[in-house]
Amino acid sequence: MKRAAIGTSIHIESPGLWTLAWKRFRQDRVGLVSLNIVAFFVILMAASWTGLIASDWSKEVGVSNAPPTLLGPRVASTSAERAPPARSRASRIDDRSEERVVDPLADILADIRGERPTGSGGTPIVDPLADVLAEIRAESERASAAETRVSTLIFGGDKWGRDVLAKAIKGTETSLFVGLSAAALAALLGTLFGALAGYFGRWIDDFFNWFYSVFTSIPYLLLILSIAAVLNQKGTITVVLILGLTGWTGIFRLVRAEYMKHRVREYVQAADAIGASHLRRMFVHIFPNVSHVVLVQLSLHVVLFIKSEVVLSFLGFGVGVDTVSWGSMLNEAQTELILGYWWQLAAATTAMALLVTAFGLSTDAFRDALDPKLK
Amino acid sequence: MFEYIVRRLWQTIPTLLGVVLLVFFLFTWVGGDPAYLLAGKISNPEQIENIRRQLGVDQPIHAQLWIFIKQIATGDFGVSWATNEQVSDIFLTRLGPSLTVLVPLLVVDTVLAIAAAMLVAYVRGSVTDRVVMITCTVGQSISILVYIIVFQYLLAYRLGWFPVQGWGNGFAENLLTYSLLPIIVGVIVSLAPDTRLYRTFFLDEINQDYVRTARAKGLSETRVIWVHVMRNASIPIITNVMIQLPGLLVGAFLIERFFSIPGIGREVLLAVERSDFPVIKAVTIYVAIATMITNLLADLLYKAVDPRVQLK
Repeated sequence: MKRAAIGTSIHIESPGLWTLAWKRFRQDRVGLVSLNIVAFFVILMAASWTGLIASDWSKEVGVSNAPPTLLGPRVASTSAERAPPARSRASRIDDRSEERVVDPLADILADIRGERPTGSGGTPIVDPLADVLAEIRAESERASAAETRVSTLIFGGDKWGRDVLAKAIKGTETSLFVGLSAAALAALLGTLFGALAGYFGRWIDDFFNWFYSVFTSIPYLLLILSIAAVLNQKGTITVVLILGLTGWTGIFRLVRAEYMKHRVREYVQAADAIGASHLRRMFVHIFPNVSHVVLVQLSLHVVLFIKSEVVLSFLGFGVGVDTVSWGSMLNEAQTELILGYWWQLAAATTAMALLVTAFGLSTDAFRDALDPKLK
Repeated sequence: MFEYIVRRLWQTIPTLLGVVLLVFFLFTWVGGDPAYLLAGKISNPEQIENIRRQLGVDQPIHAQLWIFIKQIATGDFGVSWATNEQVSDIFLTRLGPSLTVLVPLLVVDTVLAIAAAMLVAYVRGSVTDRVVMITCTVGQSISILVYIIVFQYLLAYRLGWFPVQGWGNGFAENLLTYSLLPIIVGVIVSLAPDTRLYRTFFLDEINQDYVRTARAKGLSETRVIWVHVMRNASIPIITNVMIQLPGLLVGAFLIERFFSIPGIGREVLLAVERSDFPVIKAVTIYVAIATMITNLLADLLYKAVDPRVQLK
C-alpha cells in the first residue's frame, strides 16, 4: 500500500466521502456517459433559457407540417395544403397591417400637391404618416418574405411550420426546469420535515408521521389532479409548486430514518458537549452525513417529476398555452400522427427518453459510487 | 386476529380525519368561492347569494366542515355541478367499466412480470439478463402517452385489429372487444418497471442459504424456484401489487381517456376540467379510504403467506 511510504510525512490527508465516490464513479463507464448526456441537456436548458438558442422557436419558418430533410420535400402538394392554416392571432395582425398599408392621407395629399406644386421655393409638404407607413410596409414585406417558406426542416415542422427541433429544445428547457426545481422543493421539504421528525422524535415525530400518512393515503396522481383543479391556473411555477408540495413524502421517510440513526451517534453527542445548538447539530453536523441519501433521492425525483409534468401538460393542466413542453408537443403530435406526420412525436419522445434514461442510469451509478456495499 | 383488525381500523381514524381536513381546506380556502364558478357569466348578486345558500357556503367554517363530514358518513355528496347527476350514481355506474379493464390488466401484468423476472434473475449476468434489463430501462423512460398514441394508431387505426375507441353494453362485448387493446397497452407500460423490481426481489432470495439446502437435499430446480424462492419473494411482490391497487383505479385515467372508456379515471379528468368539486372531493375521500383498507388487507395477506410474520 502507498500509505506505508508516506509514513514519514506528518500530515496525512485521508480522502473524503465525495472524493472516494467520485473515484468510484469515474470507473463506471455507463454512468460517466450518462452524466455527460445529462450535462449536455442542462447546458441546452441554460442556453435556451438565456435565449442563445431556439429563441425564435415560434417563428413559422417552414411549410405546414414540413417533413424532415432526409425524407425530402412533400410532392404533389396542392396550394391549399401548402398554405398554412389560419393562425389565430398572428395572421390576423398580418391581414390588418396589409390593409393599413394604403395611406389614408394619400388622396388629400395629392389634392394639396396638385394645387400647390412643390419646388417653387415653398416648403415641401411632408407626409405626416410617411414614417409609420414605411415601417408597416417593411413589416408586411418581411411577412411576405416569410411566406416563401422552406419545404423541409432538419427534424421537420409542425402544423404552423415551426421548427420541431427548436420546439424540442424549448420543451427540454421547460420540462427539465420543472423537474429540477420541483425535485429541489420536494427535497427541501422532505429533508426539513424528516430532520425535525427524526431528530426530535416524540410528538413532533408523531405529528409529521400523521402528516405523511395523510398525504400518502391519497394516490399521488389524484392528489396532483385535485390540486390542479382547485388552483385552476396554468403556468410553469404552478406545476413546480403542485409537484414539489405533494412529492416530499418518499424523501421524508428516508431522511427521518437516517436522522433517527445519527442523532444517538457519538459525534452528535460530542457536538452537544461543546454546546452546539439543536439547529447546528441537525444541519451542520448530521446533514453532511445524510446528504448522499438526499442527493440520490433528488435525482430519482427529477425523473418522476419530468414524467408527471409531461402528463399534466398533455392534459392541459400543466404549463401555459404559450409555453412549449414535451407534453404539449405530444398533444399536438397525437392528431398529426393520424395525418401521417410523425416527426414531432419522434422528436419529443426521443428527447425525453434520452434525458430520462441518462438521468436514471447516472443516478444508479451515483448510488453505487456512494454506497459500494449496495452492489 | 380480530383484535388486530379492530385496532388497525381504529388507528386509521386520525389519518382519515387528516384527509378530510386536507380536502376540506383545499377546496374551501384555495378553491375560492364556488358560487362564482357555478354562476359563470350570467351572475347577478342575487343569483350568487342563492347558490351560496344552497351549497351552505354562507355558513361559518365549522358548520361547513360538519356538512362535509355528514356527506362522507352518509355517502351523499349531492349532485355534480356539471351534469346534475347524483355523485353516488356516477360512482356506481363508472366502477364497472374501470374494473373490466383494470382487473385483467393487473392479473396479466403480475403473472407476466413474475415469470419474466424469475427468468432473468435465474440467468443473472448473462446476455439475456442484460438485454432484458436495458430494454426495460429504455422502455420505462418513454412516456406512457407515447405508448398509447402509437399503439392506438398502429393496431387500431392503421391495422384495424381493434376498435379505435368506444364502449358497448354487454360485459362480454366490452371485455373481448373494447378492453383488449387498453389491457395490452396497460400491460406493456407496467411490465418494464415491475419486471425490474421483481427481479431484485428474486435476486435477494436466490442467494440465500435455504436455496442451497433445498438443492443439496436433491429437490428439482422447478420446485426450488417455484415453491421455495417464490414463496419468500412473494411478500414484497404482494406489497407492490396492493400499493398499486387504489392508485390504478385513478391512474388508468389516461387509458380510459384515450379509449373513451366510461370509467372512474375519465370521470375524474372531466371533473377537473369542469371544476366539478363535489365529484373530485368524493373520489379523493373514497380512494383514500380504499387505500387504507388495502393496506390492512396487505398486512393480513403477509400473515397468510408467511407464518413468521407477527401481527401486533
